[in-house]
Amino acid sequence: MILTAMTLFLCAAMIGAALFAVLGRSLPIAILAAGLVSLVASILFLVMAAPDVAMTEAAIGSGLTTFLFFFVLGRVRRGEND
Amino acid sequence: MIKRVIALTLLAGLGLLFLGLLLDYRPDTDLNLSARYYAERTAPDLGAANIVTAIVVTYRGLDTLGEVTVLFLSATIVGLVLALGRRRGQAPAGLAPVGELLTTGSRMLTPLILLLGAYVFVNGHLTPGGGFQGGAILASGILLLLLADPLRHFSHGLISAVESLAGVFYVAIGLAGLVWAGGFLDNRILPLGDLGALFSAGAIPVIYSLIGLKVGAEFASMLASLAETEEL
Amino acid sequence: MVDISLIAMATGFVLILIGLYGALTNGNLLRMIVAFTVADAGVNLVLVSVGYMRGRTAPILDSAVPAAEAVARIIDPVPQALVLTAIVIGLGVTALMLAYAYRLYEAKGTLDIAKFSELKW
Repeated sequence: MILTAMTLFLCAAMIGAALFAVLGRSLPIAILAAGLVSLVASILFLVMAAPDVAMTEAAIGSGLTTFLFFFVLGRVRRGEND
Repeated sequence: MIKRVIALTLLAGLGLLFLGLLLDYRPDTDLNLSARYYAERTAPDLGAANIVTAIVVTYRGLDTLGEVTVLFLSATIVGLVLALGRRRGQAPAGLAPVGELLTTGSRMLTPLILLLGAYVFVNGHLTPGGGFQGGAILASGILLLLLADPLRHFSHGLISAVESLAGVFYVAIGLAGLVWAGGFLDNRILPLGDLGALFSAGAIPVIYSLIGLKVGAEFASMLASLAETEEL
Repeated sequence: MVDISLIAMATGFVLILIGLYGALTNGNLLRMIVAFTVADAGVNLVLVSVGYMRGRTAPILDSAVPAAEAVARIIDPVPQALVLTAIVIGLGVTALMLAYAYRLYEAKGTLDIAKFSELKW
């Protein structure tokens, strides 16, 4: 029961963050929201008894990917609003 | 506007497809045949406590070799694409100083992060974690160094030496399995040991450590290539 | 009561749709790549939820899950191994897309995909 409630909450958070990442105005916040989707997904993987996947998603999906985006974003300052 | 309508129509079709899949889906109540095989045979045959690791490193070892090759290729292409037409000899643009806190913090934390990464991939056959996670943690240590000093130059020679040596040993261990055990990447070239001990599961910890070093070097080279565009 | 794997699977499908919508309707290269990473997370979620079985535990043998009881106690490990691969390759693909986006920006000074019209017909 508590697992179901937690899953529903996490899923709602993921969909909200994903909508923000795709529709939001500001690009840096969109990138952070995409990282948040990955982070919440890693918690959900843990709930679904997949600790290996959860670790990978947390380290790679939400950590390194977000930083790669910011490295590039810092170089393309002018193109951000195209 | 017409573009948006077309996109929404496409997505509606795809959504209907997904809905059909979702409504038809019945969760399994029992393991299927291949999963049952892995669950029954992993402990006696391979001696690994983490079944996911056993699948990634041994049962599907060839896939993993292909995967690190794909990763190597993409790291190489990132380096190549970003190095094309790089202008040299320009003074870097005025960067704000990074601050005492980040410098000192990165000096203290980087060795600990590297140690954690090594711990994660050495224990990959016992606990959740392994080469890919450990490699990503190693690369995040490198990332911290890059954040503390954006103009730092990582030796691409060192990174590629670690990467190639790990790859060569990985394939060499695979070939050793072909000679002394049942097949390519068979882990039984070393004694299996007791289930749950650090030195157990044959060659799995060795192979996963090599994968960890290789993946860490590949991620680090991607990050360093992207960071070096700063000097353009 | 709905099984949590069904909820997670539905969320995964919704994430794929949201990501594809973003990739199809945005004109900015970086925004398209962000949308692709969202779709990527959705695909991984669907795959992991296929392997989940209610009341079972992670595929790691220890004192709580002895090897003899493993068949009755653990969930399907194969999708997890696949997703492990998929996440790592996903980062490689994202890095490649970002590198190309950066090169395109260098060539044209813009990230708007409508401005890249050399190959348009």
